[in-house]
Amino acid sequence: MTGHDSQKPAVPAALSVGRAVPRLEDPKLLRGQGQYLDDIALPGLLECAFLRSSAAHAKIDDLDVEEARAMPGVHAVLILADLMPKLTSGRMPLGASPTGGQSNSTPFVLSNSEVAYVGEPIAMVVADTRYLAEDAAARVKVAYTPLPVVTDARAGMSADAPTVRTELESNVLNSFNVGFGDVESAFANAAHVFSDDLWQHRGCGHSMEGRGVVAEVRPGDELCVWSSTQMPHDLYYMLQSMLGLDQDRLRVITPDVGGGFGPKYCLYPEEVAVPAAARLLGRNLKWVEDRRETFISSIQERDQYWTVEVAVDANARLLGIRGRLVHDQGAYAPKPVNLPYNSATAMSGPYMLPSYSMDVVIVHTNKVPVSSVRGAGYPQAAFAMERTMDLIAFKLGLDRAEVRRRNLIPPEKMPYTKKLKARSGAAMVYDSGDYLASQAEALEAAGWKDFPDRQARALAEGRYIGIGIANAVKGTGRGPFESGIVRVGQDGKVSVYTGATAMGQGIETALAQICADGLSLPVDDVRVIAGDTARTPLGLGGFASRQLVTAGSSVHLAAKSVAAKALAAASVILDVPQADLELKDGHVRVLASNRAISLAEIARTLRGAPGYAFPAGTEPGLESAMHWRSDSLAYANACHVAEVEVTPELGQVEIKRYVALNDSGRMINPMIVKGQVEGGIVHGIGNALYELMGYDDSAQPVTTSFQEYLLVTATELPFLETILRETPSPINPIGAKGVGEAGTIPAAAAIVSAVEHALAPFKVRISQTPITPEALFRLVESSKTN
Amino acid sequence: MHEIEMLINGRSYSGLAEARMTLADFLRHSLGLTGTHLGCEHGVCGACTVLVDGASVRSCLMLAVQAKGAIVETVEGLAATDGKLSPLQQAFQDTHGLQCGYCTPGMLMTIVELLRENAQPSEAQIRDAISGNICRCTGYQSIVEAVLLATGGKSAGRMSE
Amino acid sequence: MKPPPFEYFCPATLDEAIGLLSERENAKVLAGGQSLMAMLNLRYVFPDVLVDINNLHDLASIDVTAERIRIGAMTRQRKIEVDAALFARAPIFRSALKLVGHRQTRNRGTIGGSLCHLDPASELPLLALLLDAVVEAAGPSGRRRIPARDFIAGFMMPGIAADEIVTAIEFSPWADTHTFGFNEFARRHGDFAIASSAVHIERDSSLVIQRAAIAIGGIGSVPQRHFAGEKLLVGTSGDAGAIAAVVEACDQLEVIGDFHGGPEYRLSVARTMLRRSLHSALPGPNRPVAA
Repeated sequence: MTGHDSQKPAVPAALSVGRAVPRLEDPKLLRGQGQYLDDIALPGLLECAFLRSSAAHAKIDDLDVEEARAMPGVHAVLILADLMPKLTSGRMPLGASPTGGQSNSTPFVLSNSEVAYVGEPIAMVVADTRYLAEDAAARVKVAYTPLPVVTDARAGMSADAPTVRTELESNVLNSFNVGFGDVESAFANAAHVFSDDLWQHRGCGHSMEGRGVVAEVRPGDELCVWSSTQMPHDLYYMLQSMLGLDQDRLRVITPDVGGGFGPKYCLYPEEVAVPAAARLLGRNLKWVEDRRETFISSIQERDQYWTVEVAVDANARLLGIRGRLVHDQGAYAPKPVNLPYNSATAMSGPYMLPSYSMDVVIVHTNKVPVSSVRGAGYPQAAFAMERTMDLIAFKLGLDRAEVRRRNLIPPEKMPYTKKLKARSGAAMVYDSGDYLASQAEALEAAGWKDFPDRQARALAEGRYIGIGIANAVKGTGRGPFESGIVRVGQDGKVSVYTGATAMGQGIETALAQICADGLSLPVDDVRVIAGDTARTPLGLGGFASRQLVTAGSSVHLAAKSVAAKALAAASVILDVPQADLELKDGHVRVLASNRAISLAEIARTLRGAPGYAFPAGTEPGLESAMHWRSDSLAYANACHVAEVEVTPELGQVEIKRYVALNDSGRMINPMIVKGQVEGGIVHGIGNALYELMGYDDSAQPVTTSFQEYLLVTATELPFLETILRETPSPINPIGAKGVGEAGTIPAAAAIVSAVEHALAPFKVRISQTPITPEALFRLVESSKTN
Repeated sequence: MHEIEMLINGRSYSGLAEARMTLADFLRHSLGLTGTHLGCEHGVCGACTVLVDGASVRSCLMLAVQAKGAIVETVEGLAATDGKLSPLQQAFQDTHGLQCGYCTPGMLMTIVELLRENAQPSEAQIRDAISGNICRCTGYQSIVEAVLLATGGKSAGRMSE
Repeated sequence: MKPPPFEYFCPATLDEAIGLLSERENAKVLAGGQSLMAMLNLRYVFPDVLVDINNLHDLASIDVTAERIRIGAMTRQRKIEVDAALFARAPIFRSALKLVGHRQTRNRGTIGGSLCHLDPASELPLLALLLDAVVEAAGPSGRRRIPARDFIAGFMMPGIAADEIVTAIEFSPWADTHTFGFNEFARRHGDFAIASSAVHIERDSSLVIQRAAIAIGGIGSVPQRHFAGEKLLVGTSGDAGAIAAVVEACDQLEVIGDFHGGPEYRLSVARTMLRRSLHSALPGPNRPVAA
């Protein structure tokens, strides 16, 4: 019954998990047959464009849309007042979790009285084509009165700073302390105390496909919305309340998604405005974010200013860390602000830290709102901690890896409880991992021990080479659950439905592998349907390296449950004790006999026949829905070692070698794991050396194209050497940990460590990313004059 | 409006377009050939790369009317008519040379041009060839490996597996 | 990001193209389009009329004779990069062209387009200046020849009238024995240079430098000749002291800063690039010819 493509050998079912199974997603994408948001064709589809604020902070005195409305091909030019009849609120609800945060800090669906960043949507044009819509948007006249701006979060904190929005009394959205242990006595009794100021600048997610929304009005007051989002269920719930729609009249679908990387985790004003306008006009509408809009309206992240003080004993063992973390939140808070909490709680990473006190201040600025970009607060934490480790080594004249070794959590202490709480309120417990072995293996592969000799030889030739190291852990598999529904079809093929979102990371293949193994089927017999609220009642979506752990566990349990059901049903149908049955190759077989019944036949039996007998003791339907629950995180671990050569007079950094050890628990598909790690590293390299979202003193963005904002290309990279360790997680049934962010988190810290090491003769200290060629040049120059 | 005819992947197409319509939009929206993607619309990311008269071009930097009468090749023409992937496409699947797949059509078309001129490019030549194509997912390494696999080449890098 | 509306013409003859430019207000020439199309998509420019000269096939040729090299304005950058006859007499073009954008943009981009866009960091205007090329332009009153140094009138400002079209550049090749160097530093491969340098040198049989041309791009509002450096070089053997003096003298050039680099930094990069170009152009006993 295995009717798979004869060109490809069947993957022996029992061996699927743990093997580099070719991805099921690939053939259509390679043929150009993917269906991304902008590929959706609907009858009478009109296109939208948004007029966005050109001012960083201004009062809107007047909005004149008459000329734009009169243009040929233009169907509507809408401001907030026009949409209000179809909305329950003109302001976005606080996304995802309805707890915490300030209610008056979310963006407006369209802004009508004040704008607080360049790019904020003001009006929406609906026209026959995008070309005409952009023509009309340019004719909307906005009269602004400029208001004072805040560009720097540290300046924004002061009591006399102008407010980012006039409705605010203070730019400080929130402040809190994260801490444990007796920090004061740690510092009082320390052999050494060192301090540092650090800055990680903001970058963008820049999935190659931007955001986008299509809204289709259907008979019966129904609405179907496609969005290039990581969170279709979140969007579904939000649209129900914002549009006042019955749950049965709304369907949200995520089509093929051209990358997420964090910014598609948020729900945006356009995702409300377009469906509302579709209902208002009774027309099918589409809006596709263009690249310039990405730069000025999609979530950005990483701007944090850290002041860190560290206390160590005479053996360079950590006693305590204290400091302040100022988090630039941008103009609005679309979601409860979790990032700086992630950062503050993640700082000690893989190390043992007896005491800690971090004051966190979240400050609004007149810049694009901030939420998660790949890593979500962790890269900043890793940067702060790893820079601190390097500082200790430098001050005490110790090897950087040795300082880390003395402080890493040893394997015998696993599971290790940090004196911190995860967001769920559960204790932060590192489930498994051998950080000492990880570091040792990475150092060995990278030739760490021999490097001083190589460096001395290079220096004698006038070449500056350096090696750097960074460790990281990432809490993955964030709950509370993800859905996994396994249903055997009439033909014996299996469908898996999940609330997990496929956005390029290969989740469909991984879930198919898990399901196939659970049902003893070839992977090709499994189809995965992700991101459709009409097919999957419950779901959360893609964030926090969570989907394989959560959806994978649910699919695993659901497949097991279906297998058990098939055996139970077969036992009744064949009248053979279950102990004499086995599930193999799509059939339940009677041991030591030729008798068998296919899953297809069992599925047909369990669908029921009108009035006929039904196998006793079995439930209808050869299917199972599971929602594996978890409040704990599975901690992935990485150790990166980078080798660079720096040309000081150019400020040029060439990455010569890059060794990345990654331990994301049991690997369902090592090929996909390796791909995630490599992509993550390169994102981190971008953060370290290239990606800078620049704003001038008036909060005008100055990097709004790919010519100014630099993404890493193939020629800037060495061959990436990936080492994959596999320490299973004991806290989920598949032993997996997430991998999507683990590659990014330590990368910038490793590169900066290497660059600083290369420039050791100049004794420069690098405290920021990205470190641009000019910034590096200036550091070297100023070290010469000092 | 301009009447525009072109030969795409060996088939004749025609449509009407305003002068300002880019070749990319004409392929995607007028002709429904949505395999070609737009990633930046200012000529940097390479996602919209197609071959016009055999030469790779960024179809966002060309007007549709300029391709009147041209021979155009897009990703839709790479697989055999029965759907069997070309050796290059198959190598992309085998090495995990794509994740979200959005940059992939442009990557493939760029590499098709490279391989017509150089059947066995070195790793450095491959990296140079795709330097005008941005991929946010893969870190490029698996793409380089795909081209090497498709051409029987060897990676100069250290293989850790 | 879609272009604003414009009227489009694709004339079959140069006269017709010039006629359109002189008759129509706010008309722009569309050559390779690798800068203009992006600017249109971004709506940085709003021409009423676009005159596409891609059908002027007569303007797309490379003619190499003993005394003279002529490159038609519509010659694609890729063709210049691979042309064998040009490479034999002026190999610096190939070195420079490899750094111009990417393959996809070189397939469309033209030399005339590069010259008229006149980005201070771009390679082809730098070579025109280095080689004392003459830019030929055609207008309503016929053709005229403009020395490159006059053609480069200011920041992104070519020295031609709105109704003129660049038709070719011409220059005299240097002696077959000439040596050259071309270097630039960009953030990434294919990006506009932070600084670039081009060097041409002729030496006599005793390896004394008889003739030198040096051009530096990226650091000023326009590409610049480094005349002071050329003077310092001629008559020397290109020894380390001479090179150091030439590199030092870069501080006589105009240096400005922008987002990607302040003046001090750009000058440092320019010096390093020039040093590298001089080393390439002056192979000595300890300095093998750079590949």
